[in-house]
Amino acid sequence: MALLEIENLALSIKGTPILRDIDLKVDAGEVAGVVGESGSGKSMTAMAIMQLLPVGTQWQGAIRLDGKALETYSEKDMCALRGNDIGMVFQEPMTALNPVQTIGDQVAETILVHSGKSRSEARRIAREALNRVGLPEAQFPLDRYPHDLSGGQRQRVVIAMAIALQPKLLIADEPTTALDVTTQAQILRLLKQLVDEDGMGLILITHDLAVVADMADHIVIMKEGEVVEAGNTLDLFRRMKHPYTKALFEASSHVPVRNPVHVAERGEPVIEVSSVVRDYPLPRRSLFKAPGHFRAVDNVSLAIMRGENVGLVGESGCGKSTLTRAILALDPIQAGEIKLNGGVFSTSGEGPDRDMRRRVQVVFQDPYSSFNPRHRVDRLIAEPFHLLESQPDRADKRRRIDAALTNVGLSPSDAHKYIHEFSGGQRQRIAIARALIIEPSLIVLDEAVSALDVSIRAQILDLLADLSDRLAISYLFISHDLSVVRAITDRVLVMKSGQVVEEGSTEDVFRDPQHAYTRELLAATPILDEALKAREARAAAK
Amino acid sequence: MLPFVIKRLVSLTLSLVAASLVIFFVIEVVPGDPASFMLGLNASPETVAALRDSLGLNASAPIRYWQWITGLLQGEFGISYTYKVPVRDLILDRIWISMPLAVYALILSTVIAFPVGVLAASRRNSPTDVSIMGVTQLGIAVPNFWFGMLLVLLFAVTLGWFSAGGFPGWEAGFFAGMKALTLPAVALALPQASILARVMRSSLLDTLGEDFVRTARAKGLTRRQALWRHALRNALIPVLTIIGLQFSFLLAGAIIIENVFFLPGLGRLVFQGITQRDLIVVKSVIFLLVFAVILVTFIVDITYAIADPRLRRARS
Repeated sequence: MALLEIENLALSIKGTPILRDIDLKVDAGEVAGVVGESGSGKSMTAMAIMQLLPVGTQWQGAIRLDGKALETYSEKDMCALRGNDIGMVFQEPMTALNPVQTIGDQVAETILVHSGKSRSEARRIAREALNRVGLPEAQFPLDRYPHDLSGGQRQRVVIAMAIALQPKLLIADEPTTALDVTTQAQILRLLKQLVDEDGMGLILITHDLAVVADMADHIVIMKEGEVVEAGNTLDLFRRMKHPYTKALFEASSHVPVRNPVHVAERGEPVIEVSSVVRDYPLPRRSLFKAPGHFRAVDNVSLAIMRGENVGLVGESGCGKSTLTRAILALDPIQAGEIKLNGGVFSTSGEGPDRDMRRRVQVVFQDPYSSFNPRHRVDRLIAEPFHLLESQPDRADKRRRIDAALTNVGLSPSDAHKYIHEFSGGQRQRIAIARALIIEPSLIVLDEAVSALDVSIRAQILDLLADLSDRLAISYLFISHDLSVVRAITDRVLVMKSGQVVEEGSTEDVFRDPQHAYTRELLAATPILDEALKAREARAAAK
Repeated sequence: MLPFVIKRLVSLTLSLVAASLVIFFVIEVVPGDPASFMLGLNASPETVAALRDSLGLNASAPIRYWQWITGLLQGEFGISYTYKVPVRDLILDRIWISMPLAVYALILSTVIAFPVGVLAASRRNSPTDVSIMGVTQLGIAVPNFWFGMLLVLLFAVTLGWFSAGGFPGWEAGFFAGMKALTLPAVALALPQASILARVMRSSLLDTLGEDFVRTARAKGLTRRQALWRHALRNALIPVLTIIGLQFSFLLAGAIIIENVFFLPGLGRLVFQGITQRDLIVVKSVIFLLVFAVILVTFIVDITYAIADPRLRRARS
């Protein structure tokens, strides 16, 4: 008898079907990977196991834990089960903890609600749980508040809460998606170790094939509320019976074909950043001393040639976003100079004028919140026109809007729609159209594909590669996802603590990293092929 | 926590200084000379000048400001031009009505609003929630003086449980005093309670949708436990803000209710002071009210920091 068995689970919310025919089995000491893109129903499956479903949800089928059917459990029984027999870890560690309670109280609460133990006993067990997840007493006493901790540390606290009572089953819903690669590697290692030590069953929900290939014993691939393929990890990747599995596999290691005919080897760079410094003032500590400052960007120089794609990688807090804001002239710089097409763009003294400013455009990460929902698409993408000296006339404007939409693979008839009528991938295309419309020299892509599903991401990468080849636009491509940077950039810069620690052609840096930090980053990045090879080697050794 | 409190205290003092300057100079430019007002239309210019002199109105503005402030610090507010008694006594008489009335009304409004708001939020979109929202909508729309008059009609005229107005004085005993304040306090509290209940409900609904409430449920807490232990304290910040604003309003804004119930409170004192150009009374009472408002803001700031540990660090 498996620890958890789901058979023919079907679920609907207020009459809308969400899940159909879900089958899933997890044994003790085993990791089951659930993979799918957004909207595939993987989180809803997890919530069905927890029985924390939204109001108006109906479900049929069987969910059995240790052979006992969950439909026979009352809400009270479920409360006794959650946290005790099933633990859960969520995607967003920054908001998963109560900001006004100490971490000790929050971990101890799991113990207090489920056992008649005394407060001090509960705190003792909480301490042990925190020690186990790598938060030792010296730096992480029980009375710390969540806001003192980083994202990775908070995720450890959430894990400590979930495993404090050694549940039989742990559900981890995208536990590392919001984290940096090195932190992701640590958290995954921790989860694996807990499974091995406690003989827990783990359901690992993720969109990242490389992560499951490394972690999971068997995999379930979901699409639009259904399981399209399931099986032992190696068999599944070897066979890939279902076309969707194959498509996912190809999309996640997709490299766009590029014909960079326009890259100018010599001549003037499009943008040249020299010795730029960006300081943030720290809060004033005393009335009599000048407030200190934090140097977020420390003496950074870079140059991008016409038609060249340059990647900027680093972990959160390394200063890459601050550098981006400085390049976009959204924030003043404290020292150094930024030149655009040979002319001064901004210095520590002043920012660019409108004509200069229009030559640098940006595409942001979140395709959902970067548009005004009340405007139609034509107005949204025509917005940068106000940066032009003379406004184009109506017909010209119309023509350029149509051209921009066609360029990004949409149709001119989309101009009259509102933004909510588009999917995430289409919205990102619209964002690119908005950046393209006044023919900038440089487009800054700030995590522009990070929020997209792998198949959409592959399409957008193709689009970007095509645009750069055809129109000889340069990109500054900022991302924490090294595989994406490798796929699309010619040259890459690695940033750490406000400084560029390594720079070179993308292939060279990835093949033979020089700086220790780059090596660390690369080692932590899950790579599908390598994970599969390692798994095959292990299987062969057995 | 201590540096935070000290910081707030410094800002409190600076606000008071700024407020006193504004009040002083606004009163300076208000038209109407108190001396000629006191002496009537037929007074000779010499008598007016003599009175101005004896009132100290001829000294230069900085000196008069200094005298006023040093007086305030010693508890000396000056002599009322019209009542001819120390302003301090006038204020002391009335503050013992206005302050208890404001506190009474605030306690009533909080005691009503909290459970009602929590109930509405925990049963979102149920008939209970819908009726609570309807009633509170009405509570906000109905003017409090009219509601006060209805209360008088029902409880004083028809049922005869309370007197229709006036105040017997605290000498008559605590309960007699509180009884006289009950109808006005209810009239004041109801619209405030309606606002507060709605804020409580929407704030709590927001926090109930937060990730950490889901985490709490995943730990095995019941819906009710998650609400009380995790959502409520996080929902308090906007509610505290509203309570702070309401106290200031209740203290100074009860003029109409004081009139409906014939209560000799601070609101009436200011109103009379303005109509009679008793500027020294106006100046002092307004400063006192400003002081009360700033003090309440200070207390609210401190309770923020108690409610939310993030603020302790961010501001200290």
